[in-house]
Amino acid sequence: MRIFASLKIAGRALRRNKMRSLLTMLGIIIGVGAVIGSVSLTSGATKQVEDQVSSLGESVITVFSGNFTSGAMRGGWGSAPTLTVADALAIAGLKNVVAVSPEVRDRAQVLANGLNWNTQVMGESPDYPQIRNWGVASGAMFSDQDVRSLAKTAVIGKTVADQLFPNENPIGQTVRIRNLPFLIVGVLAPKGFNLFGQDQDDTVVVPYTSHMHRITTRTFVNSILVQAANDKVIDSVQNDITDLLRARHRSKEQDFTVRNQLELMQAVTATSRAMSFLLAGVAAVSLVVGGIGIMNIMLVSVTERTREIGIRMAVGARAADILVQFLIEAVTLSAIGGTIGIVGGVSFSEIVAYFKDMPTVTPVAWIAIAFISSAVIGIISGFYPAWKASKLDPIDALRYE
Amino acid sequence: MQNNPVIKLADIHKVYHTGEVDVHAVRGISLDVFPGEFVALMGASGSGKSTLMNMIGALDRPSGGNYLLDGIDVSTLDRDALADVRNEKIGFVFQGFNLLSRTSALENVEMPMQYNRHRIQSREQRERAQHALELVGLGPRADHHPNQLSGGQQQRVAIARALVNRPSLLLADEPTGNLDSQTSIEIMGVFQKLNDQGITIVMVTHELDVARFTRRMVILRDGKIVTDEAVQNRSVAEKELQQLRAAQQAVQLAS
Repeated sequence: MRIFASLKIAGRALRRNKMRSLLTMLGIIIGVGAVIGSVSLTSGATKQVEDQVSSLGESVITVFSGNFTSGAMRGGWGSAPTLTVADALAIAGLKNVVAVSPEVRDRAQVLANGLNWNTQVMGESPDYPQIRNWGVASGAMFSDQDVRSLAKTAVIGKTVADQLFPNENPIGQTVRIRNLPFLIVGVLAPKGFNLFGQDQDDTVVVPYTSHMHRITTRTFVNSILVQAANDKVIDSVQNDITDLLRARHRSKEQDFTVRNQLELMQAVTATSRAMSFLLAGVAAVSLVVGGIGIMNIMLVSVTERTREIGIRMAVGARAADILVQFLIEAVTLSAIGGTIGIVGGVSFSEIVAYFKDMPTVTPVAWIAIAFISSAVIGIISGFYPAWKASKLDPIDALRYE
Repeated sequence: MQNNPVIKLADIHKVYHTGEVDVHAVRGISLDVFPGEFVALMGASGSGKSTLMNMIGALDRPSGGNYLLDGIDVSTLDRDALADVRNEKIGFVFQGFNLLSRTSALENVEMPMQYNRHRIQSREQRERAQHALELVGLGPRADHHPNQLSGGQQQRVAIARALVNRPSLLLADEPTGNLDSQTSIEIMGVFQKLNDQGITIVMVTHELDVARFTRRMVILRDGKIVTDEAVQNRSVAEKELQQLRAAQQAVQLAS
């Protein structure tokens, strides 16, 4: 028998009992809907975290100076004066290193335009925007020439720009840091909050030489940002840096730490993978429950339509025709249920996203999985009733009241 | 009459194994039905006529003996082959009409063609179903559902369904059992008309009045044929109807 004719018969049988069909589908609808809804919300949240991680920069390795111990007081990572600009320049010479920025950090009260603001003042190299994957919204980054000449030039973040220059273009204006006038040459693009809740736009970036010689008087840097050529070489570059710095520092103990973005990313994806497994478990359970519902109703339907089966067999339907007819009916039920569930789940997550201002990702792969598995559930749960129907004896079936 | 019988039963036996006792429902029946015949199978309940009809209809296989339907040995076929034989060679008409409810008359008639081994285009299905409905006088009611039709009309739809695959044999099981006497005569008129066009009909009935519309009467008792004779004074549906109407008019005039 043709599939189209079977579909027509199945559609008619399902329409005959609209309410019952709907209730039968409800198990699948709720199961699929809940899974799709929660997956879109959690993968939205996961993507947000991943975006934040990648906002730290791509293929970035950070070298922190070691722990500084003075008497019994231990200063923690970044406190020891172990990393130098020379270290940074040596790292820049390594293979697969694309960009390097020695970083010095300090908090300072900055003044401009009759206003003042306490912010983080960073000394960086001109590679900094590239490493951090951070665009310059207007103006330009200071240059290597500025680094060499200890120029009093600065690039400011969006927050600082808003605070000091509420209604003006800050480019070409002067900002005073520790009473030294710095010329604003650029404004960084807004980047938002980082993973740890800090406003990344609340910053002023100056050449690291100017920072170390003019604002502070330091000979050591807090950390060194290194960008590797790509994620594949990140481990080898990290090892090279470790070897290089150990050789340079000639210390028994390692007086620095090297971390990369990938490690952070892996921690995040491990969390989301655990979440996915949990959801898959919930999905499996609810689909099985939905499948049992379908099987139940299909068994009732076979009993109810025993006479119809007898008529069809009497006029020449083979056992396989009857089997296919009821299988298609079960699959139609579960596939329609799955589709309604998918639509419901997506709209639910969109509504939540709209009212709660949460990001959502429509999980295309999960939608495909949900649809296919609901169809498979239909086949599995429809098979026994359909098989039972196909094994009926036409004489008994015709006599059935 | 041609030489090749539509039905050739040779020493057919049927034994049901129900529990401890074997029920010997059919005990050695031999019967030939030739093309164009109109046979009534008669007998009291328990005479084996239903069992015989199930075997003739390829719904069941005999326990012993040979059955050739249109030259095909049905007694050895498997389930699927039996289904194909039913589809191609036999048209069934049942006592309870057995139409699919909530399905139009036309779609009911199309149903057997869906199970044809050779694919029939849906337009041809439609045309053939419509033609079969016209043959039984229901052309204008093709899109009616069974619950919108009277019993006689439903049975006409069932006859159209039985005819649509152009079977070698029309098999009717108490086709008038659920109908009043006038409608019964009308339905028998349909059968007579079809028979006049050369369609072979075997009809199971226990009513002598109905059997008198056929051409040949076969009476069973205890699983054996006791009588097999041509019908004398055959009733003709048209005449019977006229008489019935005249009688009804007489009753109305008298009252």
